[in-house]
Amino acid sequence: MELDAKIPSGPIHEKWDRHRFDMKLVNPANKRKFDVIVVGSGLAGASASATLAELGYNVKCFCFQDSPRRAHSIAAQGGINAAKNYQNDGDSVFRLFYDTVKGGDFRSREANVHRLAQVSVNIIDQAVAQGVPFAREYSGLLDNRSFGGAQVSRTFYARGQTGQQLLLGAYQALARQIGTGKVRMFPRTEMLDIVVIDGQARGIITRDLVTGKLERHAGDAVVLATGGYSNVFYLSTNAKGCNVTAVWRAARRGALFANPCYTQIHPTCIPASGDYQSKLTLMSESLRNDGRIWVPQKPGDDRVAGQIPEGERDYYLERRYPAFGNLVPRDVASRNAKNMVDEKRGVGPTKIGVYLDFKDAIGRDGKNAIEARYGNLFEMYERITGEDPYSAPMRIYPAPHYTMGGLWVDYNLMTNIPGLYAIGEANFSDHGANRLGASALMQGLADGYFVLPYTIGDHLARHLGEGLVSTDDAAFQAAEEGVHRRTERLLGIDGSRTVDSFHRELGRLCWENCGMSRNRAGLEAAVARIPELKEEFENDVKVLGSAESFNQSLEKAGRLEDFFELAELMCYDALERRESCGGHFREEHQTEDGEALRDDENFQYVAAWEFKGQGETPTLHKEPLEFEYVKPSQRSYK
Amino acid sequence: MKLTLNVWRQDGPGDSGRMVRYEMPDVNPDMSFLEMLDLLNEGLIEKGEEPVSFDHDCREGICGACGVMIDGRAHGPLPGTTTCQLHMRHYKDGDELTIEPWRSAAFPVVKDLVVDRAAFDRIIEAGGYVSVNTGSAPDANLTPVPKDVADNAFDAATCIGCGACVAQCPNGAAQLFTSAKVSHLGLLPQGQTERWRRVRHMVATMEDEAFGSCTNFTECEAACPKGISIDFIAQMNRDFVRARFRDPEADD
Repeated sequence: MELDAKIPSGPIHEKWDRHRFDMKLVNPANKRKFDVIVVGSGLAGASASATLAELGYNVKCFCFQDSPRRAHSIAAQGGINAAKNYQNDGDSVFRLFYDTVKGGDFRSREANVHRLAQVSVNIIDQAVAQGVPFAREYSGLLDNRSFGGAQVSRTFYARGQTGQQLLLGAYQALARQIGTGKVRMFPRTEMLDIVVIDGQARGIITRDLVTGKLERHAGDAVVLATGGYSNVFYLSTNAKGCNVTAVWRAARRGALFANPCYTQIHPTCIPASGDYQSKLTLMSESLRNDGRIWVPQKPGDDRVAGQIPEGERDYYLERRYPAFGNLVPRDVASRNAKNMVDEKRGVGPTKIGVYLDFKDAIGRDGKNAIEARYGNLFEMYERITGEDPYSAPMRIYPAPHYTMGGLWVDYNLMTNIPGLYAIGEANFSDHGANRLGASALMQGLADGYFVLPYTIGDHLARHLGEGLVSTDDAAFQAAEEGVHRRTERLLGIDGSRTVDSFHRELGRLCWENCGMSRNRAGLEAAVARIPELKEEFENDVKVLGSAESFNQSLEKAGRLEDFFELAELMCYDALERRESCGGHFREEHQTEDGEALRDDENFQYVAAWEFKGQGETPTLHKEPLEFEYVKPSQRSYK
Repeated sequence: MKLTLNVWRQDGPGDSGRMVRYEMPDVNPDMSFLEMLDLLNEGLIEKGEEPVSFDHDCREGICGACGVMIDGRAHGPLPGTTTCQLHMRHYKDGDELTIEPWRSAAFPVVKDLVVDRAAFDRIIEAGGYVSVNTGSAPDANLTPVPKDVADNAFDAATCIGCGACVAQCPNGAAQLFTSAKVSHLGLLPQGQTERWRRVRHMVATMEDEAFGSCTNFTECEAACPKGISIDFIAQMNRDFVRARFRDPEADD
């Protein structure tokens, strides 16, 4: 299979403008003849649905939550990057582009990243016009902060709730279009298959989660905006409902899955407290601006933090990375925390954690200043742990947070199945092997507001006059029957274990062998074990209730079955990528002082996998990456 | 610790529902309330009984999906806390808890503790937005917004749409929810063009739904996990009255 990324020619700063001119347009009177299906209502899905409807297309938008306003984008805390240069500190589109390519450890596509940086400025304008209440200075103008180790202040934020406010902005735009009838919204509805006819995406099969009814929806194009797959680890910062099902159903229909092993482990989360733990909570990365990270120097030190004298503490990030200190990128901070725990220097009751200490910051700036900056986060920490972070240091530990991998898409955000698009976290294209802080919100909204609405027109214009495929078509019928059989099969197993107990086991397996650091033996063991575990699931899971009713266990069982298959692919990819880059750290490939060691000669490509079935070796297709503007170098934060 | 739960079980909107008693012999105080319900459900499934359905998603207090009445209080006893952020260390060994869904005519029960809050979405669809198409926005710094105005608008914008305000209100009124959005947009310069139309349409839709009327019990403010102030209700009422004179479309 030839992978054509369809990157426009010309200098990088002209590619997008040139492409916008070269693409075919659908004239305003013809737009109403097209129906577009959007699955997912987070930043990418809601912004795409609203914008497509504003343009005149008929949109059907689906989400599994009871309201589109609850999509997991809502939980993003920190901020959104944009190359506005309002602070006059030397930022530019090129600098944001450069930082993102470098931060992604030279595993992203230059042309996509440059376009992202270009449209970033439009996102802020759009959000402010919608009434998004970003933080402001006393002048009434917008405030910015430096975030995630950036050397410029380009992050726009709304207290610790930037994701919430941006999502509500997109949700309001979506609600307006629902009100006009241009968008039909289907909440509590889950996509369970894609209908592909003659190689083109033509529709989807959904299940109404309240009545259990299966439905067929035809569309001229299908857009997947269903987020990432961090919940393959069971414990992650993602919402409980986040799942890979829509994306995975597309992969089973032939869509290529790119770079599944690129997963981001966020360094500042509240550690798990016991086996019953159902999810992990992120503490905003901004805490690292003032907090100092440390562990005891001595392994096995059982003293409480206050009794460990200054001289017996190891501020390991400041020691190892004097230039960046506690502000090193996420992958570096996470890996170092794991090393401390592996050296038996972890802290807290489980010994799986490190300290994030505000004592010096409180001493320097006063408690009031720290409270003004982080009050809500400190409160959240105290609520969850029962400990007061003003008087004792916080305990933090890394947790799965974001997945850079996703469906392979070309420059137009179309998968290798014509008519099937993937936007936001669901695709792979912009973050390479590591995403920078405050870039997820930027990418979701860039795709939904400013990229997809143009590129989808180019595809639709070529199909004018074809009309929708009838949902009575044999392909729709076969897909619906497949979904029905699967549901009946899951309900008929009647084994002895709960869905969650299997999910926990899969999560632990992935975390131990394909988490913060990976090696060949572990990955081979995981690749062998995952299909076995799936077989146990298929023989021994217990799903009660019926298919024709509201049934949360059934929803979870279907999602977990897809996670099993994705997990295996993720481990294959990690095994095959015999280098370390960004969030993917292979123990066999590190520098003398333990940093990630890339192998550009052999691995400077996108690994796009074709799924062949559980237990079968997937087929690897490579898209070579070229770096014309940002020359690959060893990332150094010393 | 040991707890006794009385949980509302209802198969669907057509079922009359009933309380069912469950003994929880081993609850860890560090669990969240929802993790305690997870534990209950794992046990039920193993015994072959259908688990208790409840809405939840982010489990960090921001998505607004979760929410149950715990001993008659929306989201339980702690102020400013969603159900998912309530931890079991606030209970003691031997406690008996009663867990029910939101009780409101406007929020019909879907199953067990799950209710249908689509009426909230319909209120937003009636006007809870600024009509600005993608691409037509001016530069973000063109219109300065005084910091106190922006902060006040933000306080209204933090609403998570969980429905605790309606559930706690003896009248089942949605004034706090509706006023939060009316005020968020009505305070900002970006929301001025549609200010009068917005408040009229949103209030009209609110009244068409099965919500009750506000009689100033102020239970909503006490139950709100985000601390949204009833000052916004006053603001909405004032805007609503002014809209009758200011909105050129107002003909009543």
